[in-house]
Amino acid sequence: MEIKAPDAFSGGRTPSFEESARESLADTQLRRNLGKATQTIRRKRAVAVEEMPDWEQLREAGRALKERTLRHLDEYLLQLEESVKRAGGRVHWARDAEEANGIIAGIAKSHKAREVVKVKSIATDETKLNEHLEGEGIEAFETDLAELIIQLAGETSSHILVPAIHKNRSEIRELFMRKLGARGLSDDPPDLANVARLYLREKFLGAKVGISGANFAVAETGTVCVVESEGNGRMCTTLPPVLVTLMGIEKVIPTWRDYEVFMQLLPRSSTAERMNPYTSFWTGVSEGDGPQEFHLVLMDNGRTEVLADEIGRQTLNCIRCSACLNVCPVYERTGGHAYNSVYPGPIGAILTPQLVGIGRPGSDSLPYASSLCGACYEVCPVKINIPEVLIHLRGKVVRHKQDEGSIKGKLDPENVAMKAMAKTFSDRRLYEGAQRAARIGQWPLARGGTIHRLPGRLAGWTEARELKPVPEQTFREWWRSRNGSAKDSSGAGA
Amino acid sequence: MIPDGEKGSTLRVALFITCFNDTLFPETGRATVEVLERLGVRVDFPLEQTCCGQMHFNTGYQREAIPLVRRFVNVFKDYDAVVAPSGSCAGMVRELYPMAAELAHDKRLGADVEELAPKVFELSEFLVKKLGVTDVGAYYPHRVTYHPTCHSLRMLKVGDAPLKLLRAVNGMDLVELPEAKECCGFGGTFAVKNADTSIAMLSDKLRHVLDTEAEVCTAGDNSCLMHIGGGLKRQRAGVRAVHLAEILASEATEERE
Amino acid sequence: MVEVEERLGERLLGGGRVTTAREEILRRIRRATHDVPKDEHPGDVSVERGYRNRDDAPREEIVARFAERVAEYEATVHRVSEDKLPRAIAEACERRGIKQLVIPPGLPEGWVPDGIELLRDGASMRLSNEELDWSDGVLTGCALGISQTGTIVLTVGEAQGRRALTLLPDYHLCVVREEQVVGLVPEAFAQLEEALKGERRAITFISGPSATSDIELNRVEGVHGPRTLEVLIAG
Repeated sequence: MEIKAPDAFSGGRTPSFEESARESLADTQLRRNLGKATQTIRRKRAVAVEEMPDWEQLREAGRALKERTLRHLDEYLLQLEESVKRAGGRVHWARDAEEANGIIAGIAKSHKAREVVKVKSIATDETKLNEHLEGEGIEAFETDLAELIIQLAGETSSHILVPAIHKNRSEIRELFMRKLGARGLSDDPPDLANVARLYLREKFLGAKVGISGANFAVAETGTVCVVESEGNGRMCTTLPPVLVTLMGIEKVIPTWRDYEVFMQLLPRSSTAERMNPYTSFWTGVSEGDGPQEFHLVLMDNGRTEVLADEIGRQTLNCIRCSACLNVCPVYERTGGHAYNSVYPGPIGAILTPQLVGIGRPGSDSLPYASSLCGACYEVCPVKINIPEVLIHLRGKVVRHKQDEGSIKGKLDPENVAMKAMAKTFSDRRLYEGAQRAARIGQWPLARGGTIHRLPGRLAGWTEARELKPVPEQTFREWWRSRNGSAKDSSGAGA
Repeated sequence: MIPDGEKGSTLRVALFITCFNDTLFPETGRATVEVLERLGVRVDFPLEQTCCGQMHFNTGYQREAIPLVRRFVNVFKDYDAVVAPSGSCAGMVRELYPMAAELAHDKRLGADVEELAPKVFELSEFLVKKLGVTDVGAYYPHRVTYHPTCHSLRMLKVGDAPLKLLRAVNGMDLVELPEAKECCGFGGTFAVKNADTSIAMLSDKLRHVLDTEAEVCTAGDNSCLMHIGGGLKRQRAGVRAVHLAEILASEATEERE
Repeated sequence: MVEVEERLGERLLGGGRVTTAREEILRRIRRATHDVPKDEHPGDVSVERGYRNRDDAPREEIVARFAERVAEYEATVHRVSEDKLPRAIAEACERRGIKQLVIPPGLPEGWVPDGIELLRDGASMRLSNEELDWSDGVLTGCALGISQTGTIVLTVGEAQGRRALTLLPDYHLCVVREEQVVGLVPEAFAQLEEALKGERRAITFISGPSATSDIELNRVEGVHGPRTLEVLIAG
């Protein structure tokens, strides 16, 4: 396996969003691929949602169900554990990624498995399960077509739903010829898909252990669900004699009937279909059908920290549909890699820093990777107020920096400027003085009625935009001159 | 000057100019006053107002924003309505002040905010939804396209109020902006912190504006317009950015001057 | 195995007390949700189910919509009268050049066409995965159909067989009887509740043939599951 670029979950320092975005923005092929792809999905989603007269009611029910679950998460997890055990499954608890990986590797080793087949699971990307298994001498085969593509290329996902959205067909053809020894291959998508079918069929039939994530798991019945398109999910959860499912603790839902809400919200929001091709629901083990050994691993890995934040908590409503990525004007231009996380886009910008903790420069930059346009909140099927959480997290990032007490933090030019401005705005006389000072102070910059170039950190503005100079008269000066001092209203309260 | 008994004249209305307009776009403030007075609204301008704290709050300097929130509440709390020619500043007060009060752990401030927030309006929603006016008697013989700013659209949900006002303007050729609802890329400090991404977003917005062959691009927010207009000017595109209030304030007589 | 798991989950706390991952996660959750009043029950968090629960359209409309929506997934759909079903099955096999069919337990004998080699799966005589993989196709019934989404639901019940049967063969011919078609998604989950809570059987939703859009978002039918799905709606 080739070495992947570090991300927020692999420990160590990651670049900031600004740095990574600059690289992505320069890649014109990527920009074209992404623009085309996101616009296509966006339009399709709008059609799929338009068809539903009760969409808003479904969103509200989805949000409320998640709220109910999260407020009583301990009860629901215990109920889930009980239900899975009753149905013949085993339940494991993992505080963090390391523990989850250890449990899964332990199960694979106890069955002497050298190879495991996997169905797309972002939770296992988060824990770096494949690398861990490799260290234990176990090879993990990704079976989702896109996951296979990026695994073969030694890359990371750039989209929750379509991880290889950044790759085009000729790149994929070349990759399959090089890595899978396919000969005489065209770059026709059906041909490429067929190579994957043949290559992976053998793996499915031979694997002793299958590994999956979970879209949902029902506390009441213990029924776990995987939503997919290709059939690799059905293969992984049906054919190997042993199945291990890793799920974040927030994926539990109360009752079987609650699927009627989420199974309407998820497919239309994610692939813009009325229903995705395949959904598998299984409850423990059943005699004569499917795996005869089932393990469910319940993983925390930072989720309880998110839960503890009353504003941030709603982030755990996420059902990983990726609708927010597709409508995000920032994601559309930078792509997923700029986020340096297995969770890209608007949801990643709020989930990643919360999971790994505030105070890491790379992930601390993520809440700023947004113009706060609110398009994500509008499409979110479980009504996560992403802009609100972004703003909340920006506050946490700044307070963390300020409270750290380092000289560097105190002298940070942004911090100094913001504090000075806040002081100015806190007093009318200081404010009016600053208005006059700006008018006078700008003369070295203003030429011919415009400002072409700003100094220092503000230079980014004038890279592509002229700036209007401060005019001769402020509004309040005009108001005073028009109304005379008699109308110099000092306001109702201040 | 102000005909008594007309709609709106009994309301105590305060103009919340916003620090940005006060300093950089006084013409928008003048136009706002003109439109409101033309409709018989008695406008007050409390001079103690400074900044609502949006930039601080949205950039994460929330502790620093709280005194500004308090100040705003004290200055404006006794008015019946507060009108701002800015969707994002009105949105800050209406949608984010409750969060600020929560952060300040100040119940009284929270109660004051709860009372004041619903009385804060962006100009177009004040005219259309509060006063029930769509024709403000404006004359503007130009080809114009309208950019619905994100905070007007998705935070305040002003809906088609600005378009209703624009459609009633005499002499104007209003053309639809393609992909109008897409963010222009301004986003406050985003435009500086993530300048590259912001510019990438702007360039698409500019392309759409130019596609309309409009002479004027208008919106309800000078911050977005400064960004769009600054880009147009840098490109020497021959299209200017004009605030909605200024179009609404234009009259036939002025045009002939 | 169980011992290994438990040792993995143990960690030393300060003072030498051992805690399991389970205990610790539950404790973290309780600490994180301290804002939730102690006497609040899950049911106290109101869930407004204002969405549609029933499709009141006439039956014929519901069935017609089902046929239409299954077809939109690039599946082949035919509507046939119950008595013409065997003929329609035989014709479908003929069209595809199907020489052998996998048959699940409980499939009505009358459906089985003549002149086709049958691979019968049963509790005593289970077909191997390789046999399924090499077969020409599989013929099944289903548990129900969902009109709103064009979905076929299998529950490992009568005439459906275990999950591998409808997964490994490259061709799936599925018979849906008109009375099995429900209107909306919530109606399906309500009906499935019994099957699930009784025998805890696995449930599979199938909406068209296997597909992927992973390459430049071009939809390609058939990656790992049956590449061809053919549906006969009998009534």
